[in-house]
Amino acid sequence: MNLAERSFITKLCQSCGKDPHRLMDIIIGVQGAYARVSGDAMNLIAAELGLPRVDVESAVSFYQFLSKEQKGHVRIRLCDDIIDRMYGFDRILKAFSEELGIGLNQTTPDGKFTFETTACIGMCDQAPAALMNNVVVTNLNSDSVHDLVESLRKNLNPEQLVKKTGNGNNSHPLVRAMVQNNIRRRGPVIFQDFTPGEALRKGLAMSPMEVIRSVKTARLRGRGGAGFPTGMKWEFTRAAAGDRKFIMCNADEGEPGTFKDRVILTEKPNLIFEGMTLAGYAIGAGEGILYLRGEYTYLLDFLNETLKERRASGLLGKSILGKDGFDFDIRIQLGAGAYICGEETALISSCEGLRGDPKNRPPFPAQKGYLGYPTVVNNVETFCCVSRIIEHGAGWFAEHGTKGSSGTKLLSVSGDCRMPGVYEVPFGISIHELLEMVGADDTYAVQIGGPSGQLIGRADFQRTICFDDLATGGAVMIFDEDRDVLEIVQAFMDFFVHESCGYCTPCRVGNVLLKKKLEEIRAGKGEPSDLEYLKSLGETIKATSRCGLGQTSPNPILTSMAHFPDAYLKLLHEDKQGYQPTFDLDEAVATAARIAGHGRVHHED
Amino acid sequence: MSNTITFSIDGKEIECKAGRTILDAAEENGIYIPRLCHRKGVSPHGSCRVCTVIANGKPMAACTTPVTPGMVVENDAEEVTAMRKAIIEMLFVEGNHFCMFCEKSGNCELQALAYRFGIAAPRYPYLFPHREIDFGHPDVFIDHNRCILCARCIRTSREIDGKEVLGFVERGPRKKVAANAEHGLRETEIAVGDEAMAACPVGALMPKHVGYQVPIGKREFDHEPIGSDIEKEAKASTK
Amino acid sequence: MSKPKIATASLAGCFGCHMSLLDIDERILDLVELVDFDKSPINDLKKFTGKVQIGLIEGGCSTDENVQVLRDFRRHCEILISVGDCATQGGIPAMRNTVPLLECLEEAYCNGPTVYNPSGAIPNDPEVPLLLDKVYPCHEVVKIDYFLPGCPPSADTLFQAIVALLKNEPVDLPYELIKYD
Repeated sequence: MNLAERSFITKLCQSCGKDPHRLMDIIIGVQGAYARVSGDAMNLIAAELGLPRVDVESAVSFYQFLSKEQKGHVRIRLCDDIIDRMYGFDRILKAFSEELGIGLNQTTPDGKFTFETTACIGMCDQAPAALMNNVVVTNLNSDSVHDLVESLRKNLNPEQLVKKTGNGNNSHPLVRAMVQNNIRRRGPVIFQDFTPGEALRKGLAMSPMEVIRSVKTARLRGRGGAGFPTGMKWEFTRAAAGDRKFIMCNADEGEPGTFKDRVILTEKPNLIFEGMTLAGYAIGAGEGILYLRGEYTYLLDFLNETLKERRASGLLGKSILGKDGFDFDIRIQLGAGAYICGEETALISSCEGLRGDPKNRPPFPAQKGYLGYPTVVNNVETFCCVSRIIEHGAGWFAEHGTKGSSGTKLLSVSGDCRMPGVYEVPFGISIHELLEMVGADDTYAVQIGGPSGQLIGRADFQRTICFDDLATGGAVMIFDEDRDVLEIVQAFMDFFVHESCGYCTPCRVGNVLLKKKLEEIRAGKGEPSDLEYLKSLGETIKATSRCGLGQTSPNPILTSMAHFPDAYLKLLHEDKQGYQPTFDLDEAVATAARIAGHGRVHHED
Repeated sequence: MSNTITFSIDGKEIECKAGRTILDAAEENGIYIPRLCHRKGVSPHGSCRVCTVIANGKPMAACTTPVTPGMVVENDAEEVTAMRKAIIEMLFVEGNHFCMFCEKSGNCELQALAYRFGIAAPRYPYLFPHREIDFGHPDVFIDHNRCILCARCIRTSREIDGKEVLGFVERGPRKKVAANAEHGLRETEIAVGDEAMAACPVGALMPKHVGYQVPIGKREFDHEPIGSDIEKEAKASTK
Repeated sequence: MSKPKIATASLAGCFGCHMSLLDIDERILDLVELVDFDKSPINDLKKFTGKVQIGLIEGGCSTDENVQVLRDFRRHCEILISVGDCATQGGIPAMRNTVPLLECLEEAYCNGPTVYNPSGAIPNDPEVPLLLDKVYPCHEVVKIDYFLPGCPPSADTLFQAIVALLKNEPVDLPYELIKYD
């Protein structure tokens, strides 16, 4: 490590107050500057922060975007999810590989490029997409790859790839992204005009308890997918003892196929921040953290600018809007590539500077959250709803949607349809209605709620999106008849194995076993008893896993088995001789045969 | 207000102090709840999930879940046993557990649980991962082939020995215990007398030079299932 | 009425499990009262005489020949039992499973510290069975009905299990008889 790097790291640690809880900011900073966090860097950071070195290594090795080994100047990360796979992932991967002259997870000898894949980056409505360092490149095709790489070779600056910026704030000078919003339908709650301070002024005229009561009267439930009543969560947190309390906004939108938060963050950041501030007022918190997934780093400057403007307008900071004693501010915590950090306790771990392991519950965050203090964690969209509830009234909000599911829901629609994008719809909309709205004519299967949700078929299209029927965080992936159901399921299982934190046995091992069996079935090596095997293993993983990841990861297999049994049955064969179909003798001797220079000699009589 | 809570395990009414975990409360009452990552005296981890019970209808880890008044816990139930066996079998196929030459055999808690549950062979395919052995320290080694990621060594070292010699790195199936140093255990302050050494339930973190000291037939789990001590105490006290 | 038949084989094993079977001592006289031995290294019978009731397999599958023998057993045996840690888990031979095959062969025939092989060739006579990519426990190659782990399983384990099966009783071994070492 040279002097410059040493001094860079020392300064970075100092700028974070040598606070070990700011470890994420430090290692993300080092990775950004040096394309790796070396062993020496870990030693130095550990010494500066007073941490064991292995704790630094633990965090660095946990997050996909951080690495101990040297990466290239430009890190090309091709988005790998089922939608991208449907729209040419393989061809583009090959094109990049040929153009760069390296395979996946390799770095060019000149150190200029590293080529990798990454889990869904929230661009399914403009797939295939990739990250070039922090720059998002969308609508890739194999022809454009050559030009992209040529252009990058010239100055290694991915930002110059953005020739034409997207609509709305994607063209903001602090964003400058080629990303499109694709807002296809604006409902009454999220995508209407909003004047910063409008809701807060009304909220601060109420008592904190009245704010909570409004949220409860509006029957607001969490928009992240689990649907916990927001007002109740706030009440618990308010009631919990703690010198400090925290508000966290979960903008770690990692569920493959979900991208609606990205659009809110781009177009309605004030609605989010205002909701967080109202939450802070309601529960008595002084600090808020918005956890922004690393994939959305391109929005960081813009969001920080928005916070700055809010401070300048007295909407954040000391005595907000002149209300004595109400001090509240927000900082943004960047993630670094870990789906699990969307789980609220893992998100808290990450904010604390730890690897993104979920925490044991109880205690729940409402009792002991960030740094052990009572903490509210809500989704981006939930905070937006809060702002509107206070702005327009609980009654107004509850008029939308259904009795058990009030308000509207943002859906991220992708796959086989003419108009992929973000739709704000009232709860209670049926899948039929939705498919018609998005221009999907020949739909065979719909994945509701992303991989952790469920795959449903035509028999279920009369069902409705709401907490009592098809609950969803917002992902809707649409598949036509010619799609292979098991290929979809395979993509989801690959994802879960990749994203398991590895803390608990059933999730760490069980998902590998599910994935392996699925691969065998797809290779024609399945037998009828495999269905029971998958079911039993899947149920065990769901029941015994420690957090929501393992409690939902078997869903792709379990729901596809329930709704598309033929997709499995047509591949399964009973072996009459009692041989294991998973064992292929020719495959097993292939290497030895190659070494020996001859094939198998049959000794059977 | 009374500081005592009443709840039930498998229909048996039990009293315990408020704040106890299901696992501890059960143990105090002579009921053994199988466990691997749990170790007395260090903070609970909740990672192996072997101690899963059904508490008020929901599967919960007994080692991290506090008892609540009137809680109904199922421990010795078919459904629970099936899940535990599945988890133990997962641990066997995940690593490379060669019991026949492992110094820990007979005293190994993973093996002992398999014995207790009568597991003759796992139903899952062996994964045979490639794992390293950290053999650089003069007195101590880690064989990652045998590690079940229970964090007992990490927690014991930090909480009892007051040392920061171990931690977890990587994630998912690649997660592993790592030394607090660039080049393995030899660069750390771990010592053969550390409590952490005794904490490993399997043969992963082991002392050198002292294998196979106890002959077959005299080892901890040769004759009686793991947990018998807890269950025996209960029998003795009811007599 | 003719006696039921039993067959045995050692695949990638050390014959220790067969030794353990012989270790039932005088009870072998009880056993031959109950069964006839068919294909087995114990009587050196090389081929099945027909269907047999019980097959005991020691060792896992390391070569194509092991697979052929195992499949032959599966076809001929009503009940097939994996005997010992090699059969049930892969055992010591499976220690090679985490090393690529070519490296294993090079270590064994070219680079090993005790190897004298001036030609540097890896044996490839067609009579030499081909190694599989890894050593497989038997139940990953064919269906197995019962497992008797141990290295080796004790004589008592083997005797009790076989007798129970011959008497059509459930194989319910006590705690002390299911061991992995």
